[in-house]
Amino acid sequence: MNLLLPQASVNAAEVDHLILALLLVSCLVLALVFGLMLRYAVKYRDGSAVNRGAPGQKTWRLEIGWTVATFVIFFGLFLWGADLYFRLFQPPQDALQIYVVGKQWMWKVEHQSGQREINSLHLPTKRAIQLVLTSEDVIHDFSVPAFRIKHDVLPGRYETLWFQVEKAGVYHLFCTQFCGEGHAAMIGEIVAMSPPEYEDWLGQTASGSGAHESMAAAGEALFTRYGCSGCHGKGGVGGKQSGVDAPALAGLYGEKVKLDTGAVVTADDRYIRDCIMSPEKQRVASYPPIMPSFAGQIDEESLLRVIAYIKSLKPTDSQ
Amino acid sequence: MSVTQAPGQISYLSDGYTLRSWLLTTDHKRIALLYFAAITFFFFVGGIGATLVRYNLLSPKGLLGSAETYNRLFSMHGVVMVWFFLIPAVPTTLGNFLVPLMLGARDLAFPRLNLLSWYLFILAGFVALYALVIGGVDTGWTFYTPLTTFYSQGHVVATVVAIFIAGFSSIATGLNFIVSIHKLRAPGMTWYKMPVFLWSLYATSVIMVLATPVLAMTLLLVAFERIFRIGVFDPAIGGDPLLFQHLFWFYSHPAVYIMILPGFGVISEIVPAFSRKELFGYKFVVWASIAIAVIGFLVWGHHMFVAGTSLYSALVFSILSFMVAVPSAIKVFNWLGTMHRGFIRFDAPMLYALGFIGLFTMGGLTGLFVAALAADVHLTQTYFVVAHFHYVMVGGMVSAYFGGLHFWWPKITGRLYPEMWGRVAAIIIFVGFNLTFFPQFILGYLGMPRRYSAYPPDFEALNVLSSGGAAILAIGYLLPLGYLMWSLFYGERAGANPWGATGLEWKSPSPPPTENFLTTPVVTLPPYHYAWAEATANE
Repeated sequence: MNLLLPQASVNAAEVDHLILALLLVSCLVLALVFGLMLRYAVKYRDGSAVNRGAPGQKTWRLEIGWTVATFVIFFGLFLWGADLYFRLFQPPQDALQIYVVGKQWMWKVEHQSGQREINSLHLPTKRAIQLVLTSEDVIHDFSVPAFRIKHDVLPGRYETLWFQVEKAGVYHLFCTQFCGEGHAAMIGEIVAMSPPEYEDWLGQTASGSGAHESMAAAGEALFTRYGCSGCHGKGGVGGKQSGVDAPALAGLYGEKVKLDTGAVVTADDRYIRDCIMSPEKQRVASYPPIMPSFAGQIDEESLLRVIAYIKSLKPTDSQ
Repeated sequence: MSVTQAPGQISYLSDGYTLRSWLLTTDHKRIALLYFAAITFFFFVGGIGATLVRYNLLSPKGLLGSAETYNRLFSMHGVVMVWFFLIPAVPTTLGNFLVPLMLGARDLAFPRLNLLSWYLFILAGFVALYALVIGGVDTGWTFYTPLTTFYSQGHVVATVVAIFIAGFSSIATGLNFIVSIHKLRAPGMTWYKMPVFLWSLYATSVIMVLATPVLAMTLLLVAFERIFRIGVFDPAIGGDPLLFQHLFWFYSHPAVYIMILPGFGVISEIVPAFSRKELFGYKFVVWASIAIAVIGFLVWGHHMFVAGTSLYSALVFSILSFMVAVPSAIKVFNWLGTMHRGFIRFDAPMLYALGFIGLFTMGGLTGLFVAALAADVHLTQTYFVVAHFHYVMVGGMVSAYFGGLHFWWPKITGRLYPEMWGRVAAIIIFVGFNLTFFPQFILGYLGMPRRYSAYPPDFEALNVLSSGGAAILAIGYLLPLGYLMWSLFYGERAGANPWGATGLEWKSPSPPPTENFLTTPVVTLPPYHYAWAEATANE
């Protein structure tokens, strides 16, 4: 039995410090409560001759005292936990994106260069990783205890989760949101490798059985097959080429987009997904509502590839 | 009712022996016993579920051999324990019995509504048992969508209908208590002369009346989506799965306080009685209950820190969750303050109360771990959370229930339970409980997920330890069933006030007459007016 959980990610040690602090506060309070309880139980047991003295006065001073003390300690713990949580969920800009689709009862992973795996995830150490997570059916949860991270994986939307692995090794991956009969079998392994080894793995996997094209390349074919290029133009250059009043997609990813409601949003994975699946919800300002919804038309993995293709499009000078 | 005897001469137990005299009674004391029978039955049904769960987890592969069977067992354990034991346990048994007696009233405000609430509960119980017998559910007690509304193979609709009906029973009981406490207090019993048990049940009742309808609506929507495919929660048909979690926890977090607040009330009666001393900081304890009831409505989002809600909402729910723990801490300190300079005796009710204070404190402190955002990310959905809420619900609430049951057993039955056995059981429960659930904190920190029918071999040793503790705990819970039954026939007869406790319920004979009091009592003394205060006042 191993009572020490590896601290394999950058944030793991920090989370452990917080848990340790909570443990310390708990032990002190428990020592106080059990200590007083035992002391009083012995000292003031019925029949003991100890002098009980006069009744205590001004109990409210004690009440205010321990209420304020409790409040201050709790507030400190809150700040600590909140600060760390905010950092835990804010990915750095240059994170390597990997796509994960959960379904009853397996994890499907696709790397940008097209390598696919099931119930395992190979990734490089010393590099920020951002997972884009979605589910084909029910809610799952992507949990890696050694990294101290966990996030629900929802059907119908993208959630993201980032981490950076420090130590190469093989770590447990668990589904921690109850998802039906095979919930306990929805486990896998995270294989963290040094960057050169990871490059080797990508190369070997690509040259192995089954030709792997990159996600973006696969997405390009789908972009044509689903008719996207009919309006948005080949290469996503926009309506100028096609004659249809459709916005350009090249260079869109990561930009600020003004919606017809006046709101400004960042064009991230979730935004692009929502535009494809429920376009009526967030229409780009000054464009007519002619985009059809692809909900129910396209499976999650194809959708990820189309989005990978859109993300790969660089703005052209002519735009 | 016999006409030859003067009123007040016959105890409520002797006032008719026919089945009809029980099933059509409107006497709150008899209804409390009807509830007691039902609650005890469900406690052991849920307990069988727990036993099989712990049996399965003795081996990493799962001894039951079937994930589906395991899933249905833990779902059954959760549903039965939450809605058919923990929520109704103290209010409908001890509450029903004691509220009118403590108020100095003849009965609750609406005696027939009280009986109706029992029939609703029984109906709900039969529907739940029906759902169980035809195969049960495989969703957990939390019914997360779209698993529950589309993918589940279990008997979801029958189960949620059972909970829906049980909810109305809760609302009826809550309403009855609120009106009774407002309108039926004996002359002289001002709000601040009420025992804290009544204040706790008042706070509990407010939550029951306000929160239960939200659960009822949510469960109806679940049933509608499952039967008619109306898109409310399932994104495949235009719904939002997080909406379900918001609605569910808007009830189910306050429901935690429905379970624990009556427990606080029981402990606030027992500790002064066995310390021979007034409750320390009475008004602070009272207002702590009210604060818990109010803030308890504003913390539901802490169940969703990793569910995909916004970072800023997580911030608000985290700070509010820390806030709601403050009044609980105040209560613990006040109980210790009550013991200070007391004349402490260690009868079984006090042992349960001391166990409660220790275990509830551990449950509360581990709650801080999961209220702190970054720590919650690692610990939520694991056995850490399982251990945390069992410390509060079982270590806390069930200990309080057993403590209260022993404390008022002489009043309810007119017989004393065997004291030695009472103490032995209290100690066995305390030891068994810690052996069962403490290892689960460590399992959770190491990352073992909840609701796993099989697990990696790394976790085996702690799981075996936990299952071993569960066996001891089971013995602890079976013992009272035996000796309390025994005491009904062979127990020493109790006087009106065997503990020398304060409170109007002890002024009535044991067991009380149907009318409770021969003359309406008049209250002049403050609550918890124990000899300690009198002795020092005479100095």
